[in-house]
Amino acid sequence: MIDKIAASIDEALQDVPDGATVMIGGFGTAGIPNELIEGLIRQGARDLTIVNNNAGNGDHGLAALLKTGRVRKVICSFPRQVDSHVFDELYRSGKLELELVPQGNLAERIRAAGAGIGAFFCPTAFGTELAKGKETREIGGRQYVLEYPIHAELALIKAEAGDRWGNLVYRMSARNFGPVMATAAKKTVATVHRIVELGELDPEAIVTPGIFVNKIVKIERVATKAGGFRKAA
Amino acid sequence: MGYQKRTKEQLAARIAQDIPDGAYVNLGIGMPTHVANHIPAGREVILHSENGILGMGPAPAEGQEDYDLINAGKQPVSLLAGGAFFHHADSFAMMRGGHLDICVLGAFQVSATGDLANWSTGEPGAIPAVGGAMDLAIGAKQTWVMMDLLTKKGESKVVERCTYPLTGIACVKRIYTELCTLACTPQGLRLIDAVEGLNHAELERLVGLPIAAA
Repeated sequence: MIDKIAASIDEALQDVPDGATVMIGGFGTAGIPNELIEGLIRQGARDLTIVNNNAGNGDHGLAALLKTGRVRKVICSFPRQVDSHVFDELYRSGKLELELVPQGNLAERIRAAGAGIGAFFCPTAFGTELAKGKETREIGGRQYVLEYPIHAELALIKAEAGDRWGNLVYRMSARNFGPVMATAAKKTVATVHRIVELGELDPEAIVTPGIFVNKIVKIERVATKAGGFRKAA
Repeated sequence: MGYQKRTKEQLAARIAQDIPDGAYVNLGIGMPTHVANHIPAGREVILHSENGILGMGPAPAEGQEDYDLINAGKQPVSLLAGGAFFHHADSFAMMRGGHLDICVLGAFQVSATGDLANWSTGEPGAIPAVGGAMDLAIGAKQTWVMMDLLTKKGESKVVERCTYPLTGIACVKRIYTELCTLACTPQGLRLIDAVEGLNHAELERLVGLPIAAA
């Protein structure tokens, strides 16, 4: 019997190796798997490369992970935020490597990894600093830049509901990077607010089929910004 | 001879006037967001947000915010009937694949032939951040810039060659400013309109570049 439901976050994350590349979903307040990030901090893996759209806000979640000193490199599109002080300090003092990637290239490089694509030509960033040193080619009269996939050992994502086969649906703009990251990692762990019986999720509406998911863990819906829950009236 | 600058809201309304019924549009963070408030009544315009929304609606009433439903600037928004959610790779396929009709972006500088600089001032020690700017700039069928023509020091932000790091090459079709609307072409600038009382010679003097007549 297939049962991808893990009893706890710690159980789902027990085998993260040092040196792993870890994709973390989320954009702004939506879809950040904070509970899994806290689990990764407890698990203790070191020398990590983190792939996320941003590089942490405030002192919690991804910022707290960076603060542990166990992250070697961040691959992201938008590290600078009003409250990205943890990242800013580590980056300025040379303790953290940054690979800055245009947001669409970040999504597509992750998608390519999940789809078994070896590399692709993309028009984004041609002629800019972010394409410096990269192979280019003119195709059909337009200039393109060669981009390589981003693979990961682990993807941590946040979904709305799932079943024991690992099928997932998301909630509004909290979907963001979750579905592509789920395809690109050797192991994908998703938190969900609801675990449902097989067949309860509309097969026409399943966003991430279970083949891309290894473990799901139920978490409580919290009435915080990152929990994606309407604040109490 | 005197002339009045367009206010920010007048500028937003000027841009909204050029967005046709049925257009799929991405409005950049900051000033361009205001364009949404000025879409003329009776026109149906579908707003795209890079984080996976089509049919984005206005900010919800106070107390109705849902932080799973935010725009690219991370502010709570709403979804119109008929709206859809999708993941990031699909969202950027809409841009890069040429499916968006118009995107409106802010800028530090735009060259006469449409090169755009809007992501970095290139200052040493600054932490770089690009987000979706480069994908948007080259992806939409038309990229329009909304910005002040002149810096606080009175220098033109429309230039012969950008000195700030580029976002994209020859990607801007139009520049909407507080004084004028300009088209960027391979041959250089062409006037679309200017505020009342601002004559052509004075505008060319302010910009410091030749501007072909409308």
